[in-house]
Amino acid sequence: MGTNRINKDRRKFFQTSAALIGGTLAFSIIKPLELLAQSKNEVAKDEKTEQPLWGMGVDIEKCIGCGKCVEACKLENNVPREPFYFRTWIEQYTVKKDGDVKIESPNGGIGGLKQSVPDEDIFKSFMVPKLCNHCTDAPCVQACPVGATYISPDGVVLVDETYCIGCSYCIQACPYGARFMNPVTKVADKCTFCYHRISKGLEPACVEVCPTDARIFGNLRDKKSDLVAFMQKHPTEVLKRHLNTSPRVFYNGLSSEVR
Amino acid sequence: MQEHFQHLYEALSQVDGYIYPNEIDLHWGLMIVLYPYITGLVAGAFILASLERVFHVKVLKPTYGLALLTALAFLLVATLPLVSHLQHPFRSYEIFMTPNSTSAMAIFGFVYLWYLMVVLLLEIWFDYRRDFVIWSKSSKGFKKFFYKIITLGINETDEKSAKLDDRLGYFITVIGIPSAFLLHGYVGFIFGSIKANPWWSTVLMPIIFLFSAMVSGIALVMLVYMVVSWVRQVKIDMKCLDTIAKYLLVILIIDFTLESLDQIHRIYEAEESFDIIKVLVSGKLNITLFLMQIGIGTIIPLLVLGLFQFYKPSEKIRKIIYFIIGAFVLIGIFFMRWNVVIGGQLFSKSLSGFTSFNTVYSGMEGSIMGAVWLILPLFILTFLLWLMPPWKKVEFHN
Repeated sequence: MGTNRINKDRRKFFQTSAALIGGTLAFSIIKPLELLAQSKNEVAKDEKTEQPLWGMGVDIEKCIGCGKCVEACKLENNVPREPFYFRTWIEQYTVKKDGDVKIESPNGGIGGLKQSVPDEDIFKSFMVPKLCNHCTDAPCVQACPVGATYISPDGVVLVDETYCIGCSYCIQACPYGARFMNPVTKVADKCTFCYHRISKGLEPACVEVCPTDARIFGNLRDKKSDLVAFMQKHPTEVLKRHLNTSPRVFYNGLSSEVR
Repeated sequence: MQEHFQHLYEALSQVDGYIYPNEIDLHWGLMIVLYPYITGLVAGAFILASLERVFHVKVLKPTYGLALLTALAFLLVATLPLVSHLQHPFRSYEIFMTPNSTSAMAIFGFVYLWYLMVVLLLEIWFDYRRDFVIWSKSSKGFKKFFYKIITLGINETDEKSAKLDDRLGYFITVIGIPSAFLLHGYVGFIFGSIKANPWWSTVLMPIIFLFSAMVSGIALVMLVYMVVSWVRQVKIDMKCLDTIAKYLLVILIIDFTLESLDQIHRIYEAEESFDIIKVLVSGKLNITLFLMQIGIGTIIPLLVLGLFQFYKPSEKIRKIIYFIIGAFVLIGIFFMRWNVVIGGQLFSKSLSGFTSFNTVYSGMEGSIMGAVWLILPLFILTFLLWLMPPWKKVEFHN
């Protein structure tokens, strides 16, 4: 009965349409899977060629709060000089005898941090350099609506300046305050581990200028690297572990007052 | 840029305690307050319209068309504050071209498009198609041209076609209800999914946003209905107005309960962030939360609307009070969005200090621009009411 109602041309039209729609659907299902297979291959290849996985160690016991790293970072990466934009900064923690905790970071620590609490009131004091934690499960990467921020194959969280729409969602998503909106480029800005330097075999600017070797940069996959040695020797901890972002910046001597 | 820096230096001098140095600049301002506010008005207005259509609350009939057009007028503007806040607005299309599937904001773009194109426009079209055909025969000039084009060449006006329109429109509304829930629940998720911010990160955020959206949308339609009736010099259907007020009361009770639950949960659990949130609520958000959102926006409307369920004053007094309560609720929900968006950025993620919010008047993020985004939908609504007045629709009865 139905065959009589539908003429040949129409049937052909339906068949072609169905084939087209089905094909498109199948393609859109297969395409991402293909990508998945490809990325797996890439990981396998990376491991073979020993693609580095960059990370940083910060030795709080060694930091003297001179602020050279902050200065170097601003110069190296054209970070605006105003005191609202930092790819790295140093926090000075002072635990007073009455239990109060004073945290300071005037101008991010540029020019050196000075103690403002009288000696007799201090229980303990220490410096904590901060920077992007290059999280393995980075909330900023998860939140970016266009995929302008991403993790490079060697584990560095980067921003594509030509792609970022400047919505600030990544800044809201970062638990560490490590991102800012660059007033010149008008895109999200952050520490890149000086990607332009490390890809040439150099160290990040902050690491290079540190007079006390409080920052240790290296390849987490290289068991002979200084970073891995640092992590073997010291009980290291990451910031805000409870947020499960799996940072690749590891601290030695991290006190519970640090947030 | 110098002006911006000056603004930031001012904020720097007002920092209380310790904040991360990058936090002095508040990245989300008035525009991001308006975005969930306007989107909420849309979802709320649509849900009120659906009550009439799907749940056959016939007494709401006079507001059905108004509610739909109000939803459309505000939906057309909903994304504009968002786009005007972007540092690179011309790249905003990338959200649709290359969306990041893990981003709440990216997926919102599609939820918005679905709601605008599939739900709202289609529903209005099915609702008006027959009228467009009839009106195209009796009008002149621009109106005639518009009606002819918008019929999309489907010119049947017989009973059969009207029935089909009605059935398809009903089907769209049925899809529309979960879509409206999705639209605004999703806006809540944009904030609720940010684990870095303890003021935002609550699983109740989508549902709180949804119910506050319904509250604001119902209040808006109530006001629009009163103003339009007054302009048209027609008598307000008090039964309809009383019913809207009753729905407003019920949804307001649910909304207030949910928000209270959220706060009680915070207070009882008293997690790491509790100390700073306590100071935030009692200090920086004192006026906007306790006075504007809870006092004016919630408690007074709850008491008055509650009282009206037992004791009804004269129609004249009720009308005036409904108008005032509607305005109070709209103000209250605006400040609810304010307290979420601005409040969530006033304290540092170091949980050790506060920054401050300074109002700017000019520029893309200023209050003048904000006023434009709030007034523009009213102009669009006026235009839509002129172009397709719901009260001139030719009634069709099954």
